[in-house]
Amino acid sequence: MSGAQVVALPMETTLRDPDARRRLGAVLFALVVLWPLLQLAEFHPAVLFEAGNLNVMTGFLAGFLPPARSPEFLGLLLKATLETLAIATAGITLALLIAAPLAVIATRALSVASIGPGPGRWRGHALRTSCRALLTVLRAIPEIVWALMFVRVLGLGPAAGVLALAITYGGMLGKVYTEILESTDTRPARALLAGGSGRLGALAYGLLPNAAQELTSYTVYRWECAVRASVIMGFVGAGGLGQLMDQSMKMLNGGEASSILLVFLLLVLLADAISAGLRKALA
Amino acid sequence: MNALNGQSENCAPQGPGDFCLTCLLSSGALLLAIGASFAYLDIEFGALFSHESAAGMGDFVVSFFPPDISPGLLYKTAYGALQTFAVAAIGTLLAALLGGLLALPAAGRLGAAPRQLARFALNLLRSVPELVWATLMVLAAGLGPFAGTLALALHTTGVLGRLFAEAIENAPPLAETSLRESGSGSAAAFFYGTLPLVWPQFIAYSLYRLEMNIRMAAVLGFVGAGGLGQMLYFHLSIFQQAQAATVLAAMLVLVLIVDGLSHLLRGRLAG
Amino acid sequence: MALVTHQLGLEHGNGLRALHGLELKLSIGERVAVIGPSGAGKTSLIRLLGCALRPTAGRLELFGANPWQLSAGDLRRLRTRIGTIHQAPPIPPRLRVITAVLAGRLGRWPAWKGLLSLLYPADISGAQQALARLDLADRLFDRCDRLSGGQLQRVGIARVLYQQPELILADEPVSALDPTLADAAVGQIVAEAEQRGATVLASLHAVDLALKWFPRVIGLRGGELAFDLPAAQVSREMLSELYASEGSVVPTQGNHPIALQAFGDGGEARVLRIDNSRGLG
Repeated sequence: MSGAQVVALPMETTLRDPDARRRLGAVLFALVVLWPLLQLAEFHPAVLFEAGNLNVMTGFLAGFLPPARSPEFLGLLLKATLETLAIATAGITLALLIAAPLAVIATRALSVASIGPGPGRWRGHALRTSCRALLTVLRAIPEIVWALMFVRVLGLGPAAGVLALAITYGGMLGKVYTEILESTDTRPARALLAGGSGRLGALAYGLLPNAAQELTSYTVYRWECAVRASVIMGFVGAGGLGQLMDQSMKMLNGGEASSILLVFLLLVLLADAISAGLRKALA
Repeated sequence: MNALNGQSENCAPQGPGDFCLTCLLSSGALLLAIGASFAYLDIEFGALFSHESAAGMGDFVVSFFPPDISPGLLYKTAYGALQTFAVAAIGTLLAALLGGLLALPAAGRLGAAPRQLARFALNLLRSVPELVWATLMVLAAGLGPFAGTLALALHTTGVLGRLFAEAIENAPPLAETSLRESGSGSAAAFFYGTLPLVWPQFIAYSLYRLEMNIRMAAVLGFVGAGGLGQMLYFHLSIFQQAQAATVLAAMLVLVLIVDGLSHLLRGRLAG
Repeated sequence: MALVTHQLGLEHGNGLRALHGLELKLSIGERVAVIGPSGAGKTSLIRLLGCALRPTAGRLELFGANPWQLSAGDLRRLRTRIGTIHQAPPIPPRLRVITAVLAGRLGRWPAWKGLLSLLYPADISGAQQALARLDLADRLFDRCDRLSGGQLQRVGIARVLYQQPELILADEPVSALDPTLADAAVGQIVAEAEQRGATVLASLHAVDLALKWFPRVIGLRGGELAFDLPAAQVSREMLSELYASEGSVVPTQGNHPIALQAFGDGGEARVLRIDNSRGLG
């Protein structure tokens, strides 16, 4: 009935976890790396509880309630909010003007010379490559860095923000437009080009019918991002809500800061909703 | 030619019945919004692209070249780059730890009320941008990289906490429930049953966030949070474009290096 | 009594009746096999007895207590005395074998010990002994996703052996093992129970395994008790009636004919040849 027996284990050696040494090494390595990083980042949590800092912070936060709501401040706030929206919209429009031609040039599917391949293909190739490189450079530097530099040249105000958005977002839109155009069915455009149609004709009748919806949807999504970005850029003086918030914070005016923060959160939610609604309507 | 035939259906001539009123109206509204934006901002594009202005812009661009490569500045830039990396790394690490802690209640492990509370906290942390957190933290911790670290940590906690919570909620529950069915406590059951399923995702999200935070850490210096950003702000504000160019180049190099490393690490984790 | 049920029933949310009117008594140290066609309610029964599901009808008593009337803490302590072997062991693939086995005692360890054991295994030799009984000692530090299905199933058994529960519930514990290994694995479960006086209730697909290792066999069909007899009294008619829904094919290990000890004719053991051409095994 019972052929079973408990296997007696020969205990010749006590076993060690073979991974233990590696784990210990990893922990030690992490500590050795972490220590200088903490030093570099001047990580001193005690600073937070120093009397001076604590007083400033609690005073500032205590001012958050109630939010500022004097008529003239609210007027200022409304103006800044509209300005932020306007910067985002104008910036995206200019970005579109930069991105669209570059994308049309950079799209391989719209190259007549690459059919065959025909004459002038090396020139076409060089042009496309330089266009792509330009798009990469445009978006490599964050918009706020552009904004900072434009503020130095153009002075404080929304113009710097609009131009900064135009440049960075131009690069982003251009790259993504090119990708979208190339990922759709490129045969209609090829056929049109082979039939002697021009570049723009092939774009309008060959690629856009398939890609228009995705292109629009991505542009709307980028507008939503631009609203956030234009607030951020205000901190270096590029106008809008950000600039107002920067001023309020520098003056340690908690009430104003909390009003602005509330408006900012509402604005972001609104941009989210508009963008989601538009994209849903497109789909 | 098949493709062309396919297209011709889309481009069929449209009769008056196909006239798209909403399309026309929305296009009109869009154009109106764009026109209103430019009108509201009242930017003098004429002046912007005038001869003098263009020349001024050209001079400004030219003044960045050649970048300053004196040893003193290079040393300071290298230190700034390291500091920026440290701010991003420590900020992301703190955020991963805090996010992990908040993800548990946010995934509903401690009941319904803590879930709502944790979700609200995560949403709040996430919707305030890093730069706004940085201005607040400069008040709380004084000028310097520590403020930047805290700012990144706060915003990233919101982002990672939410992602972590979603990962926990989507993990197959069987391993954890079976441990609880053999009587183990909830903490132990989580660590033996669910954590092994989700931690690779946690690491991947954190690394991805580190890439973004490097870019952000380079910029946070504009409001006084140390690193390359503070150097750039400083040199630009006293019109030292050559020095600013060096700092900009360092930013670019730093971003590229971290992107490469993170790509490598994530590839190894996936394998 | 280790386990008593009275009119135990389970109805799923969609109105499907999984178990109905089950009367069952197991004294401490008893070993019982549950057999029956698929869909008979074997898994439901094991989940009910393991306090993983709450019965929708009737009463369940484990070690003299109704688990669903206990406080949360008492229920947890009761659960540490029950070990369930799952058909597909619910082990995260990235876990190491040793960690998966040590997880068996999480219920008895304080929380800090369980967490520390993730950093350095708390009881290497214990886990190794449990694995050695299933011929897996050499995979101690491997990751579970490097194991085959059969090896993983044996890790699941090793976890419960290491847990040392007073009641072992097994849900088709050897379904992924070849006949020789399956026989040895069930033997180890039985030996563990004999050694510590633990009670075993195991659902088994292979009837010959059930008859060989378990003194008492329960037939389950359509969520109701078909028979509850000493193994020696299980007859061919009972089996073919039990498996009527599967064409009266009695599933066994491989394609071996089944040996039944008890038949009316003189108590002489006789070998029955049962058509296994449908490939059950």
